[in-house]
Amino acid sequence: MEALVASAVGVMFGSGVYLMLRARTFPVVVGLALFTYAINLMIFASGRLMVGEAPVIRPEATLYPDPLPQALVLTAIVIAFGMTAFVIVLALRAHLELGTDHVDGEEPPR
Amino acid sequence: MSHWIIAPIVLPALVAALILLLARQSLVVHRALSLASTATVALIAFALVLAAPAGHESYWLGDWPPPFGIVLVLDRLSAVMVATTSVVALASLLYALQGWDEHGKNFHALFQFQLMGLNGAFLTGDLFNLFVFFEVLLIASYGLLLHGGGEARVRAGIHYVIINLTGSSLFLVAVALLYGLTGTLNMADLALKVPELPESDAGLIRAAALLLLAVFSVKAALLPLHFWLPGTYGSAAAPVAALFAIMTKVGAYSILRVFTLIFGAEPGLAAMVALPWLLPAALATLVVGTLGALASRDLRAMTAFLVLASMGTLLAAVGLFTLRGISAALYYIVHSTIATAALFLLAEAVAKERGETRSRLEPAPDLLQPRVIGGLFLAAGVAVVGLPPLSGFIGKLLILEGARPTPAVAWVWAVVLVTSLLAIIAVARAGSVVFWRTLAGERASGVTRAPAGGLAIISVLLALTAAMALLAGPFTAYTDAAAEQLISRDAYIRSVLGAEAVETASSRGW
Repeated sequence: MEALVASAVGVMFGSGVYLMLRARTFPVVVGLALFTYAINLMIFASGRLMVGEAPVIRPEATLYPDPLPQALVLTAIVIAFGMTAFVIVLALRAHLELGTDHVDGEEPPR
Repeated sequence: MSHWIIAPIVLPALVAALILLLARQSLVVHRALSLASTATVALIAFALVLAAPAGHESYWLGDWPPPFGIVLVLDRLSAVMVATTSVVALASLLYALQGWDEHGKNFHALFQFQLMGLNGAFLTGDLFNLFVFFEVLLIASYGLLLHGGGEARVRAGIHYVIINLTGSSLFLVAVALLYGLTGTLNMADLALKVPELPESDAGLIRAAALLLLAVFSVKAALLPLHFWLPGTYGSAAAPVAALFAIMTKVGAYSILRVFTLIFGAEPGLAAMVALPWLLPAALATLVVGTLGALASRDLRAMTAFLVLASMGTLLAAVGLFTLRGISAALYYIVHSTIATAALFLLAEAVAKERGETRSRLEPAPDLLQPRVIGGLFLAAGVAVVGLPPLSGFIGKLLILEGARPTPAVAWVWAVVLVTSLLAIIAVARAGSVVFWRTLAGERASGVTRAPAGGLAIISVLLALTAAMALLAGPFTAYTDAAAEQLISRDAYIRSVLGAEAVETASSRGW
C-alpha cells in the first residue's frame, strides 16, 4: 500500500510540474490542481497509513489513525479549492482583457 | 494572559466581514470603518511594542494547551513587525482615501483582510497556522494587486498568483515532511524535537528545512526567486504597492524566526542549514536589484528594483546569523519598509503631475509643484540609498559593523558599498531627469495637482525615517534585545511549553 500511495503522489507531482511549465494558462491551472492533489495525499500519508483500525479514539482501541493530518488536509483542500477558483477567474479575465491565454499576456514572436 | 495579542488579527477580520456585509452602503461608511480599524490596530500595536520588553508572552487560542492547540507568541520581534505593518498600513490607507479606493470594488475589505493576514503571520507560533495566514494575506494581495484593473496589472497578476500558489504548495510539502518526522507543527515543540531526530532522517529533515527556505525566499524575493517582484510592485496601484513594501518582509521575518528557532544553532541534523545559502543569495539579490534600478526606464519600476535591493541588504544581514547582524537586520527591516513605501507614494505623485508621461524617466514639462515634490524626492532618495542623515545610513552602517567579525566581511562590505554607490547614481539620474531636464512649453493633457494630503503623508513617512536616525540609540537597544531574544531560544520554548519541557530536553544556548 505504501508503494502505491507513494507512486500516486510521485506521478501526480511529476505531471503537475510538467503541466505547470506549459506556456498556456489552462494547463498551468490543471497542473496546479494536480500539485495540490498530490500534496493533500502526502499530508494525509504523513500521519502514517493504516487499514482496519478504529477511526476514533476509544478506550478499547489500541491503535488508531492520527487525526491531525486529516484536519490539516481539510484546511489545505479548502484553501486549494478557493485558490484554484481564483486562478481560473483570473485566467479567464486575462484571456478576455489581453486576447491571449499565454502566461506572459502576449503571444511569443513566431 | 492578556487578550490584546489577538486583537490585531481579530479586529481587521471582523471589520472586513462587516464591510462586506455593508457592501451596498456608501463608500463613506467603508472608509470610516476601515480607518477606525487600522488606527485602532496601530494603537494596539504600539501598546504591544511597549509590553513586549517584559519577555515572551504566549496566547493559547481556545485555551488549548500547546503543542496541541495553536499559540500566538508575542516577543520583541513580532511586536516590532506588527507595529511597522500598522504604520505602513495607516499611511497607505490614508493615501488611498485620496481617491484610489474608488477605482474598484471592495478595496477596504481586501485591505483589512491583508492586515489580518500580515499581523497573523507575525504573531503565530505554529507552522501550519503560518501557512494559513500566508494564504490569507496572499489572497487579499491578489485582489489588491488587481485593484483598478488594466492590462499591466492582469499580466503581472498571472505571474504573481501562479508563483505564489506554487510557493504555498511547497510550503505544504515541507509542513507534511516535518509533521511526518516529528509529529508536531508547534514551532517551540519543533525546536525541541528537530535536534533529536535520528541520523536516518537526516536527508528528509534537511530537505524540509531547505524547502521552507525556498518558500520564504519566494515571499522575500530572494534571487533566483525574485522575478515576480518588479512587475508586480511596478504595476500595483500606489497605495497597494506601498502596503506591499511590508509583504516581502513577511518572508524575511519567517526566515529569521524559523532559521533561528527550529533550524538554528542547536546542534542537530539540520543545524544552521540555511547558513551556506542565504548570504550568497542575498548578496546576489542586492547586485541584481541595484543593476535593475540602474536600467529602469520608469520611476515605479526603479522603486520596485530598489525594494529588491533592500531585501538583498536585509537578508545579507540576516544571513550572517550573528547577534549584531540580526539586530542590524531588524533596524533595516523597519527603515526599508517605511522608506520604500514613501518612494512608491512619491512616484505616484510625480506621475500625477506629469500627465501622459506618467512616471517614465523621459524629459517632460515641469511639474506643478516641482519644489515640494523635488524636495521630498531628495529626502526619499537619501533614505532609500542610505546616505546620512536619514535612517538608511545608520541601517547600512549597522550591517557593515555586524559583518566585521565574520569571515564574510570582505564580500559584504564590497557588495554593500559598491551597490550603494550604484543606487545613488540610479536615484540621482532619475531625479535629474524628472526634476531638471524639463521641456519648455505647454503641459500635456491629464496633468493633475498631487493632493496636499498625499504629500503630507509622504512627509510624515520621511519624518519617521529621520526620527529613526535621531532615536537610533534607543531603537538599536530595542533591536539588540530582540536579537538576543531570538538567539536565546530557550526563553521562547519555555514561554510556550513551560519550563519542564526545556529542562528535559537539556537545551544548550547559542
